[in-house]
Amino acid sequence: MSFYLHGVHLPHRKKTSDMEPVRMSAPQKIVLPMSMHIGAPAVPCVKAGDHVDIGTLVGSQSGYVSSPIYSSVSGTVKKIDDILLSSGKPCPAVIVESDGLMTFDQNIAPPEMNGYEDLIAAVKASGVVGLGGAGFPTHVKLDVKDISKIQELIINGAECEPYITSDTRTMIDKAHEIENAISIFEKFLGVKKTIIGIEENKKKAIAKMREIAQRNPRVEVKVLPGVYPQGGEKVLVYHTTGKVIPAGKLPLDVGCIVCNCTTMAAISNFIKTGIPLVNKCVTVDGSAVKEPKNVIVPIGTPISDVFEFCGGFSEEPQKVLYGGPMMGISVPDTSLPVLKNTNALLAFGEKEAKRPQSTQCIHCGLCVSHCPVSLSPVGIAKAYKSGNAEALAKLRVDICMECGCCSYVCPAKRPLVETNKMSKTLLREYMDAQKAKEGAK
Amino acid sequence: MSKLRISVSPHIHSPITTQRIMLDVIIALIPTLIAGTVIFGLRALAVVAVCVAFSVLSEFIFNKICKKELTINDLSAVVTGLLLGLGLPANVPLWQAAVGAVFAIVVVKCLFGGIGQNFANPAITGRVFMIITFGSLANAAYPTVVDTASGATPLVTLSEGGSVEITDLILGLRGGAIGETCTIALIIGGIYLVARKVIVPHTPVTFIATVFILSFAVTLDAYTALCYTLSGGLFISAIFMATDYSTTPLTKWGKVIFGVGAGALTVLIRFWGVYPEGISFAILLMNILSPYIDKWTAKKPFGGVAK
Repeated sequence: MSFYLHGVHLPHRKKTSDMEPVRMSAPQKIVLPMSMHIGAPAVPCVKAGDHVDIGTLVGSQSGYVSSPIYSSVSGTVKKIDDILLSSGKPCPAVIVESDGLMTFDQNIAPPEMNGYEDLIAAVKASGVVGLGGAGFPTHVKLDVKDISKIQELIINGAECEPYITSDTRTMIDKAHEIENAISIFEKFLGVKKTIIGIEENKKKAIAKMREIAQRNPRVEVKVLPGVYPQGGEKVLVYHTTGKVIPAGKLPLDVGCIVCNCTTMAAISNFIKTGIPLVNKCVTVDGSAVKEPKNVIVPIGTPISDVFEFCGGFSEEPQKVLYGGPMMGISVPDTSLPVLKNTNALLAFGEKEAKRPQSTQCIHCGLCVSHCPVSLSPVGIAKAYKSGNAEALAKLRVDICMECGCCSYVCPAKRPLVETNKMSKTLLREYMDAQKAKEGAK
Repeated sequence: MSKLRISVSPHIHSPITTQRIMLDVIIALIPTLIAGTVIFGLRALAVVAVCVAFSVLSEFIFNKICKKELTINDLSAVVTGLLLGLGLPANVPLWQAAVGAVFAIVVVKCLFGGIGQNFANPAITGRVFMIITFGSLANAAYPTVVDTASGATPLVTLSEGGSVEITDLILGLRGGAIGETCTIALIIGGIYLVARKVIVPHTPVTFIATVFILSFAVTLDAYTALCYTLSGGLFISAIFMATDYSTTPLTKWGKVIFGVGAGALTVLIRFWGVYPEGISFAILLMNILSPYIDKWTAKKPFGGVAK
């Protein structure tokens, strides 16, 4: 492709990319919120006092867009209690006290795989959701009904956020799982072409994935430029296939299925062993972390335990993130657990945590020239300030993926992503009101 | 553990700040300031110093009186003062230079809401204000380093059918404003700004090219057209004024339209207007059009389809 979408050059800071993940010992307790995915929260199906093992179902799927949740330790259910998620919303959580034995549930068995329906059922039962960070239930994404619509499977190995290397490690350490998942998708979803997109700074991962391409002629490795955000779905699809996903449409509308590489590996693991998604490889890094490393963490482990496993803090952390510094979510306290879609835990000291003071917009246009989807954050901010929802609709604030490029480059340090988020809400409310008005006529 | 900070992503920011950008513009103007002082003498430095001092001071006092946050740290007032001073002849009365600076900062910049909010370039509008009010700018200063007995600026000479030396125009050994004559120093500053990614070359290149092409179309002589291009305030305006963020278009195509439009207006005024030099007016007119150019050249959102 001769033309790439815009973005920003970020410092990579991926110093953990050569660190093989270390398995963490059993935590004393785990906290499993029933909402670790997009869609309806799971419903607790255990009660206080119940014995659970690794892989025992504790929250069952409720509704189509939802995902089941399994215990990641063996032990006793202590209680089911509401906790506050990082979003500030309350959510029921199953709290399990570990017995330290880490025994597996006896009913674990690989699923029988005979056709398309079996694949969807298996992915549903595995509890796998978009592990790149989105957390969208994977079985819903794969449930395309008419598999002839699928032209390409795109595996997201871009991992474009600074610090994070957990996907890189999956590609290096679990290449066989990814390869196996590709053949499963070829067999049951009729995938004829697979493109693995990886940002150019991951030489080892690229080499590993190229080995797969050598064995399987239907697989292609596409090296992406080191410009953030290569991992954004629309950006990835465009840079791997040249296809433009129209606003408001899904990759499938242009014949693509996009799956994160760690998601692929987790699906393969479940189909081989029957062990659902209970562990997650998490990159622990940031200026306040003593010994940055990649850790295999039982899902539900409190964040504080993971930091402790990494030698604790070298300085008092002022900010702790789920995920990378560009799109990650800051957490109010470290008692929150590692979730299914947690790929990194970052802790920053005073210097990095301090938000630079924002000053007046100087109209430099950097936000416009760096936006990967060609929006005008400066125009959106103006429309938002005057409460002009119609202008916001024209400016297409709805296609903003909140990648953070605009806020990052802004010399006046304007909170542009924040404004975009609020603009989206304003636009949504306006659209709903319009619809209601039309309905009343 | 102390309370953790909560904020909306992103959690890292580029090291580039408004202050850093303005500092780069100041650095880019240093060769021109040195050249202007060498060519026109210490009086030139005094003019620029007065403009900078009164720009910063008036912004400081305006902020204080209006109980606004102090903004002089962003260095934009220094840039305005520098550009205004460099756009004046070295023999301008100092009190007039001071009045021009106060007008540029208070009326053109601060009253419209300060940095980024003004629709017209403060330095240029300040200069135009002085041309109209004092008439003193018409008596251009002449270099003190060489013995030039000439009584007219190159533009006047050219319009009267005379000829000028191209090397003098490149080195800046001609009559004119302090910062507009030394083309080489201005180009060095421009290259620095492009290299630092403070500006993109679209506007300066199209602006200068348009003036050359249209001057050639009018005079039908490449040498004379080149003399016209190197005379007056074209280079300082194209590189430093027409690239001002607040008052010029955002997109690259918008910048091209701005450059071509300003170039065309400049030639129009130079050949058919009352004033020998039309750059300030040309840019000012294009400043007014900028919001519309932005509208016409707005980028199409990726995958955006009409609703």
